[in-house]
Amino acid sequence: MNTRINHRTLSRAKPDGGGFETFSWYFMRVSGALLLLIAVFHLLLMHVYIRVENIDFNTVVTRWTGPWGAFWRLYDLALLVFALTHGFNGLRWVIDDYIHRPGWNALIKGVALLLAVVVILMGAYTIFSFRAPAPSFAFSLR
Amino acid sequence: MGQAIASLWKGITYRGREGHYAFILHRAAGLGVLLFLVLHVFDIFLVTLGEDVFNEFLQLYTHPVARVLEVGLIFGVVYHAFNGLRIIIIDFWPRTTVYARQMWWLVMAITLPITAIAGYFTLAPLFH
Repeated sequence: MNTRINHRTLSRAKPDGGGFETFSWYFMRVSGALLLLIAVFHLLLMHVYIRVENIDFNTVVTRWTGPWGAFWRLYDLALLVFALTHGFNGLRWVIDDYIHRPGWNALIKGVALLLAVVVILMGAYTIFSFRAPAPSFAFSLR
Repeated sequence: MGQAIASLWKGITYRGREGHYAFILHRAAGLGVLLFLVLHVFDIFLVTLGEDVFNEFLQLYTHPVARVLEVGLIFGVVYHAFNGLRIIIIDFWPRTTVYARQMWWLVMAITLPITAIAGYFTLAPLFH
């Protein structure tokens, strides 16, 4: 058997040529390894350590405007960019596997690409535009 | 459309044991997590519309149905992550291919306890 396993139940064979598809193959593995660390940590932090019922507006204020605010904004930007590019590239592979008619294939991938761009921009806007609300109780503390 | 359904059906009914379960679960988990990610970017975007809008929307995630779906999300993320690592290992060290099946059971042995623990904390408030 060739060392380049090409069976769908094992994994996707690396495309030759060194072009976009080869890059895409490596990108999925590199971003996937990174996401194993940062996405799983994020999930356990939010669902086990903080817990969903305790998350509210103040959680975001503390995370993004506290002393580690710059770190968490960068962390969340990495999550956003890598999770969504990895996810939508995976969706592109799925579309190629099942939608074979060229017209439908191109249309659905076009819609997915548009959605990916909109969602990433929306997330980046949220991360960078967030400002701590003015503390309304500042003077009452005196 | 018929062609797409036919290739999807062939992908599900093919009898490939562990390797096939690994593939179907990896794909379903990936698509499910992506669907949540789009919703998640939207819910975090709501912080820009103010405290009340954001907090009110987050109430949605404490609903019992949402909590059950959350356990599915935890399974999906953890499974996709560790099965993805299995794929990386096989791809970069092809000699490990002979252990592909055993490594899938190892993936399950990692995924299920993590899902059970995180799932417990997710579902526990429903019984308080």
